[in-house]
Amino acid sequence: MKKVVTGNYAVSWGARLARAQVIAAYPITPQTSIIEKLATFCADGEMEARFIKVESEHSAMAACIGASAAGARAFTATSGQGLLLMHEVVHWAAGARLPIVMGVVNRAIGPGWNIWTDQNDTLSQRDTGWLQFYCETNQEVLDTTIQAVKIAETVFLPAMVVLDAFLLSHTSEPVDIPDQAEVDAFLPPYRPELKLDLDDPRAFGALVLPSDYMEMRYKIQKAMERAVGVAEAVDHEWGERFGRSWGLVERYRLDDAEIALVTSGTVTGTSRVVVDELRDKGLKIGLLKVRMFRPFPHEKVRQALAGIEKVAVIDRNISFGDSGVFAQEVRAALYRADKRPPVFDFVTGLGGRDIVPATIREIVDYTVAHDAPVEEFTWIGVKK
Amino acid sequence: MRKPKTYARNYEIPEEELTYSGSVSCPGCGATLAMRYALKALGPKTMVVIPACCWSIIAGPFPYSSLTVPIFHTAFETAGAVSSGIRAALDILGKEDITVMAWAGDGGTFDIGIQALSAAVERNEDFIYVCYDNEAYMNTGIQRSSATPWMAWTTTTPVKHPKDEPKKDIMAIMAAHYIPYTATATIAYPDDMIAKFRKAKSIHGAKFIHVLSPCPPGWKSEASDSIKLSRLAVQSKVFPLYEIEHGEKVTINVWPKDGGVPVSEYLRLQGRFRHLSDENIAAIQAEVDRNWERLVAKAKGSVYTELV
Ligand SMILES: Cc1ncc(C[n+]2csc(CCOP(=O)(O)OP(=O)(O)O)c2C)c(N)n1
Ligand code: SF4
Ligand SMILES: [Mg+2]
Repeated sequence: MKKVVTGNYAVSWGARLARAQVIAAYPITPQTSIIEKLATFCADGEMEARFIKVESEHSAMAACIGASAAGARAFTATSGQGLLLMHEVVHWAAGARLPIVMGVVNRAIGPGWNIWTDQNDTLSQRDTGWLQFYCETNQEVLDTTIQAVKIAETVFLPAMVVLDAFLLSHTSEPVDIPDQAEVDAFLPPYRPELKLDLDDPRAFGALVLPSDYMEMRYKIQKAMERAVGVAEAVDHEWGERFGRSWGLVERYRLDDAEIALVTSGTVTGTSRVVVDELRDKGLKIGLLKVRMFRPFPHEKVRQALAGIEKVAVIDRNISFGDSGVFAQEVRAALYRADKRPPVFDFVTGLGGRDIVPATIREIVDYTVAHDAPVEEFTWIGVKK
Repeated sequence: MRKPKTYARNYEIPEEELTYSGSVSCPGCGATLAMRYALKALGPKTMVVIPACCWSIIAGPFPYSSLTVPIFHTAFETAGAVSSGIRAALDILGKEDITVMAWAGDGGTFDIGIQALSAAVERNEDFIYVCYDNEAYMNTGIQRSSATPWMAWTTTTPVKHPKDEPKKDIMAIMAAHYIPYTATATIAYPDDMIAKFRKAKSIHGAKFIHVLSPCPPGWKSEASDSIKLSRLAVQSKVFPLYEIEHGEKVTINVWPKDGGVPVSEYLRLQGRFRHLSDENIAAIQAEVDRNWERLVAKAKGSVYTELV
């Protein structure tokens, strides 16, 4: 069934089709309509779920932790400040190996108050042990939400499905909403081997001494590494069942390219247009969209960028005192490549400032004009 | 006046132990005995949520457990929310008969966890929240909490500047949520305590039980005095045993014998009060008397009528 829905409703539909059993959530612009829709689904009996209307995002995640530990499929959604408030328990969810799925609408962090998009909220959670998927379209949002549940429950790590504030969250697009029966065939009910269970009483999360702690972290990392293959297989299966797949990364017109843009989220769509336009003018340019950011698909990034002469990363985020975060990751991945192309990093679009085709063209022009970066990263569109 | 309601002879203490023998708690730990009685009352169909507190340690390090029932250890301020999540999951999975008990210290209850607790009881989640109150952050080495009594010594309220503020009235705060059941208990009155846990279990909705828990290292008291201190706390009216139903119906469960004992008998067994002057003690006595009169007035004047 095709419906015209916002990115936020695509998340809600994803959670509904994935048969989330416990939802605990708290409102924050621009995420709110995700949970409003879910509250309606629950109230109308269209979802068989308990919706806990908690008093904060911290409690939203804590309640999801309890629900997941007791064996239910748990879901929440948040954005910006809400995600930051959650931070301690975001770590806890991953450390407890609970496959909670969370929709996160990228929102800039205050002060000053800003409800528009940038990626600093989710990227500041990159070391928590959560899988992270950055989406380009509403269809991808819906599909990724359901895929994320399956991937998370396979590797026992939680997953964030990330979408840009307003550019996706409040923008309507036609979205194919799969049949419940088909989703059920793809995604079996959650049946964890270990959970809070009277017949198998265990203590979860107890004090752990230096003699055992490191092994627990080792296993989280192993699960992360495994998640690369699992995510690929799940996406492949999705493609076979539903006729669409997204890849962990997507190569666009990269085959004979000399310059590669690296993008994530909605910037990708704008960049495609510019790539096409510049291709028509004879510039050998393509783009690499990074959809899965955690685990970071190092090998795929290396392969995709092999033979590229210059890499230009577009970062809608900044790690203060360093550079854009995607560039850090891309540089790290390329360090082990046989031939390392120069990596240009462009920080732009913070706090929801528009990234338009002209912005991308400026980035390309700069990359063409320089043999190698002359600074750690380059600001684009800032009033200095 | 209403006939005092005591549970003394209505219940026997079950023999079955749901805690394993041996414990890593300090000798004389009131919180450890309290858990033992609580689980005896609730039985094996119970799941326990423990936020950061002494009980995070007492419950045993990985891969051990000192309880025979499932435990979920969680972040300091999350007991109310995590319990709500477990409750929701158990309900949706058709396991409504399992009791969820949050077991938190005073720091996790009066201070850092009060937001999640208030929200959970406001939603009237079907669980029992127990605060074992040793009147300070003991796990981190005896720092003041808002449950620490006026003038008590802790490492952050040193003798030269003991605690200025009175203890927060958590029972009143919980009662103000008009939850079905709120009660106090101590290990000196195990049958009263067991009866209260059983009653809590039988009631649907949010239940709050406040257990005074002597702590020899934190109170600078003798390990052998913990039960005596619990009894003296009740008999001196420092910690009356009472329950509040639906936030309104107040019942005093144990009336101090012969009008009770002076607070000095309770205070003098604890090094944390050693620096108190006679005037300090008189002031504490006056405050305790005032609180007691207020409680008695509430018990007499309860307006609550049973809903039909
Ligand atoms: C967010 C956070 N802040 C601080 C701590 C450190 N901490 C652990 S237990 C504790 C005190 C606990 O006090 P209480 O709840 O009264 O329990 P008790 O240790 O006295 O049994 C503190 C401050 C923590 N674990 N988490
Ligand atoms: S410090 Fe106090 S509360 Fe903690 S284990 Fe020792 S006696 Fe019990
Ligand atoms: Mg304490």
